[in-house]
Amino acid sequence: MSNLLDVEDLSVTFPTRSGEFEAVRGISFSLGRERLGIVGESGSGKSMTGRAVLGLIRPPGRVTATRMTMNGEDLRAASPRRMRAIRGKHISMIMQDPKYSLNPVMTVGRQITEALRTHEKVSQREAKARAIEMLDAVAIREPERVMRLYPHEVSGGMGQRIMIAMMLIPNPEILIADEPTSALDVSVQLQVLEIMDKLVRDRGMGLIFISHDLTLVSGFCDRVAVMYAGRIVEVCDAGRLHEAQHPYTRGLLNSVPDLEHPRDRLEALKRDPDWRSAPSVSALL
Amino acid sequence: MGDATLGKGRPAPLLARWPRKALSLVVTVAVTLLGLLFVTFMIGRVMPIDPVLAVIGERATQAQYEAAYQALGLDRPLLVQFFSYVGEVLQGDFGRSLRTGQPVAQDIARVFPATLELATLGTLIGVSIGVPLGVLAAVYRGSWIDQIARILGLVGYSMPIFWLGLMGLLLFYGILGWVSGPGRLGVFYQGLVPTRTGLLLVDSAIAGDWTVFRDAFSHIILPASILGYFSLAYISRMTRSFMLEQLSSEYVTTARVKGLSEWHVVWRHAFRNISVQLITVIALSYANLLEGSVLTEIIFAWPGLGNYITTSLLANDMNAVLGGTVVIGTIFVCLNILSDILYRVFDPRAK
Repeated sequence: MSNLLDVEDLSVTFPTRSGEFEAVRGISFSLGRERLGIVGESGSGKSMTGRAVLGLIRPPGRVTATRMTMNGEDLRAASPRRMRAIRGKHISMIMQDPKYSLNPVMTVGRQITEALRTHEKVSQREAKARAIEMLDAVAIREPERVMRLYPHEVSGGMGQRIMIAMMLIPNPEILIADEPTSALDVSVQLQVLEIMDKLVRDRGMGLIFISHDLTLVSGFCDRVAVMYAGRIVEVCDAGRLHEAQHPYTRGLLNSVPDLEHPRDRLEALKRDPDWRSAPSVSALL
Repeated sequence: MGDATLGKGRPAPLLARWPRKALSLVVTVAVTLLGLLFVTFMIGRVMPIDPVLAVIGERATQAQYEAAYQALGLDRPLLVQFFSYVGEVLQGDFGRSLRTGQPVAQDIARVFPATLELATLGTLIGVSIGVPLGVLAAVYRGSWIDQIARILGLVGYSMPIFWLGLMGLLLFYGILGWVSGPGRLGVFYQGLVPTRTGLLLVDSAIAGDWTVFRDAFSHIILPASILGYFSLAYISRMTRSFMLEQLSSEYVTTARVKGLSEWHVVWRHAFRNISVQLITVIALSYANLLEGSVLTEIIFAWPGLGNYITTSLLANDMNAVLGGTVVIGTIFVCLNILSDILYRVFDPRAK
């Protein structure tokens, strides 16, 4: 079986006053029906990777790759019209903060049914029924009532579950979750993750989970790619993260406090300039 | 009432709050208008114009002067005079105009529709071109359409209206002959349709007299376009900056992720979010045209409120000036309140 996504030598560049800025510098990865974690600090290029796959980098930003295919279809050659059909229907994305990523002047119901009706010819009545079903699937109580609410009337955890419902209703095969729990209270983070995980598993989807939280990713994903300065510095199975070799990954792991083995002093990360120029590690399958 | 339909989730507390909100609104309006009356009244009193002389003329005897002074109530304390003025205004009595010899209220009722018609058409032109232009300028930022919008806006801001008006008359009336000249209606058409609203376009349409309609239109279109151009310049710049802000927000990315077309993303998502701010801008610009079209009215010999106030002021006719000022101030306050109410209706967050 072919991969859901194959990306080779992907670069994202933005022109700035002081020359070109390369947010992503030639990374390669594939995604099967698995959960791939992309970890890195702010500005490491992990969000840009997700957006580049969706074709959401807008000029003057530039995306180049020697290969970018979804189910064997070349995304680089896809027309804007075809890209729109792919977005939502085949690849979808959940963003960080539902406070900003939901339209404040549109009801929850309209935003969800709109996502469905963009890709499927269904009646308003059927779209509504399926939206309610979907809200139910993300464990929202009284979905009929929630359909009529505006985003400012729901909590953050609820907003993110609504976002999941909205992005999964057209049945995409690939979900990119860009820091989906960073803006949420710790108490609801797990609940949202579990709901997302269950839906992704049940539907046999591929998930790209972008996060800066190494522990979270290692507990949640199958494979982890560690990004630094626009490149992938290390790839490993999530279960074997403790065996990671790269000094950056080790540094990140060492700077995480551990409740069971408390240390007097957490190590600060010492960055080696060589990491920046080291070649990107391939995360192809 | 809009509140009740919006708060489908829990209508009861909103309904209960409604009368209190209405009451506080009424009080606010009353205080604002009272302040407006006070300021205009005081300005009228400190002006170096003797109202008695204006009534009886310069050749009157001292005894006649005294009598008129008392008849006008000027011997009373200023505050008493003010409250009796407020009382009269509340009954719609602005006094009598010295220049026309008619009650000021009647004069205003006659001239105001001309201004209203001009400003309304001007605003319609400004909105119908300015809003799409601003949206396009934001969507295609940096492109030729953005540059055109920028130049139009810059010229609109910096060009004196009287110059533009004169050049417009010279070109479109004098040289090309596409439109009619000054005034509201050609002499042959005057008095042909019964006055119902005072708005000539509406009155002639009601009467079904399309020749009058066409003549009125060819008179109004040039001054309205020039006013419309000024409001276009302002509205398109504001629309552009509102849209730029919205287009860079996360929910727009969400809409794109869903696979919506750009048209949908721009109009259904981003534009809806600026509609509330736009209402305020449009209301302000409309109020501006209603009160600020004095120069346009003079150049085009438009028998409107701005023209009336200016002529009255030059004739030392203070009753007329005060009346006109109060009317314009009231309109301004009302438009502000209207935009405030619409704000609540259109923005689900403003409850």
